[in-house]
Amino acid sequence: MYVAVKGGEAAIANAHRLLADRRRGDRSLPSITIEQVVEQLGLAVDRVMAEASLYDRSLAALAVRQARGDMIEAIFILRAYRTTLPRFGYSDPVDTANMKVERRISATYKDLPGGQLLGPTFDYTHRLLDPSLIADEAVAEPAAKEPGEHVMRVSDILDGEGLIEGDGRMPEGHVMGDLTREPMEFPMARDLRLQALARGDEGFLLALAYSTQRGYGRTHPFVGEVRIGEVEVELDLPELGFAVSLGTIRITECQMVNQFNGSAKQPPQFTRGYGLVFGQSERKALSMSLVDRALRTDEFSEDIVAPAQDQEFVISHADNVQATGFVEHLKLPHYVDFQAELDLVRRMRREYEAARTGGEDGMKEAAE
Amino acid sequence: MDAIQEQSLPEAAAQRREGMRLLARATLAEFSTVWEAIADKPDVAPVRGPETGLVMVRGRIGGGGDAFNLGEATVSRATVRLASGEIGHGQMLGTDKERARFAAIFDALFQTEKHRPAVEALHRLIAARIDHEDRRKAEETAATRVDFFTMVRGDD
Repeated sequence: MYVAVKGGEAAIANAHRLLADRRRGDRSLPSITIEQVVEQLGLAVDRVMAEASLYDRSLAALAVRQARGDMIEAIFILRAYRTTLPRFGYSDPVDTANMKVERRISATYKDLPGGQLLGPTFDYTHRLLDPSLIADEAVAEPAAKEPGEHVMRVSDILDGEGLIEGDGRMPEGHVMGDLTREPMEFPMARDLRLQALARGDEGFLLALAYSTQRGYGRTHPFVGEVRIGEVEVELDLPELGFAVSLGTIRITECQMVNQFNGSAKQPPQFTRGYGLVFGQSERKALSMSLVDRALRTDEFSEDIVAPAQDQEFVISHADNVQATGFVEHLKLPHYVDFQAELDLVRRMRREYEAARTGGEDGMKEAAE
Repeated sequence: MDAIQEQSLPEAAAQRREGMRLLARATLAEFSTVWEAIADKPDVAPVRGPETGLVMVRGRIGGGGDAFNLGEATVSRATVRLASGEIGHGQMLGTDKERARFAAIFDALFQTEKHRPAVEALHRLIAARIDHEDRRKAEETAATRVDFFTMVRGDD
C-alpha cells in the first residue's frame, strides 16, 4: 500500500551535502582527476563500462569518482545516463580476429601462431602488498621486442580439423534481439543471453561459473583462448553508402572449449562457450563463456540439473542494477505496510489467545 | 563482408572513408593546429549537430558467427556545409562535440580541390601518430611472449 508522505526535504538536502563532503574527503589532499582515475584505476573503469553496458572511459571514471568507488553505484549512474541519449544506430559486428592484441594466451596449445603473449597480467605475481607504491617510486619503461606473426584464433586451428563446433549460428530466420528495446522473455535465444551476460554482474557470473566447475552442471572446460586488445567500431552511414570507423574500443574475448557432444548424425566434437566483455576483464570473460556453455542445454539435449543451466534463474538475476534496485528499495519507508502487518499479527494473536483459552475451558469442562 | 565492400568502393569513396577513419582519431590539438594554419578559411554552416548519442556495438557469437548486441558506446557526430556547397560528416566515439565538428569540417574540405592538400597533410599527421602508438604497443606486447624451452631431465 502506498500513501503520499511529506517531510524530510531539509534532511535529504543536508544528507546530500554531507555526502559531497565525505566524497571529497580531507581537503588538505589533492582531489583526484578523471584522467587519474582512467589511467590509474583503469580496471575499475572497465568494470563499470562493462556492467553499465556503455563504453566511455571518461564518463565511467566520473561515475567511479562520484560513487566514491562503489562499483554498483557507479554502474547505476552510468546506466541511468545512457537513457538520456538518443540511439544513432547499430555498429557492424566487431572483428576480433583482427584485434590489435595486447594479451593472448591459450591453455590448450603451447606453440601456436602468434605465441603466448602475457601482456599486462596479474598472473604469476605473488600477490604481496608492494610498499614501493606507497613511496611512489619511479616505474621502469616496459621492455620492447620486434613483433611476431599474426595472432591466429585458436578456434580456427581446431575448426580446420573439424574437431570443434563452428562459431555460433542462430536458427534460420532468427531476428536479432536487443534487451534495451524489448522486455525479457523466456526461453531466451543465445544472442540475447550473451547480451545479458556481457552486462551481467561479474561476481554473480563468477560464482555461477565456479559452481559449474564444482559439479553443478559440469562442462569440462579448457581455455582455448583469451585475448585482450583494441578492435575498430564501424557504423554504416546511409548518406554515403559505406561504413566508417568511429575509433577503437578495448575488449576481452574468451573462447572456452568444452567436452564433446555427438549424435547418430554427427561425430563427437568439442563444444564451445563464448565470452566478450568491454574493457580488460578476463575474469568476467572466462565466467561468461562458462555460463554461456552451461546455458546451451536445449542445443545439446542436456538435463537442467544445476542453477547455472537454468536460463531464467541466471538471466533474471545477473543484472546488478535491477538487483540492487529491488533489494535496496527495502530501505525506503514502508511505514503503512508495516502498520498493516502489525495490526494483522495483533489480531492473529488475539484469535490465538481466544482459541487457546476457549479450548482450555472446554477441556476443563469435559474433565469435570 | 567488409572486404568485399572495400574492394567494390570507388577509389574516391575509399579515400574519403580512410580519411574519415583517421579524422575520428584526431586530437583537438591536431585539428586546431591545422585549422589555424589555413589562410583563407571557408564559411562553414552547421547542417546537423554537433550532437552526442549512442551506437549499439555488436559482436559475433564465437567471434565469427551470427551477430549479437554487446553494449552501447557514446558517439558524437556533426554534419556541416561549406559556402562552396560541399557537405562533410564527422563521427567518432566519445562525447567531444568540438572534435566531431572539426572532423565534419575537414571531411568537407577534403572534397575541395583547394584545401585537399592541407587535409591530406592532417591525415598523414594522424596516421603517423597512430602507427607510432600501435607499433610501440605491439613491441611491448611482443616482449611478454613466452619462449618455451624443454628442461633436460637429470636421469637421462
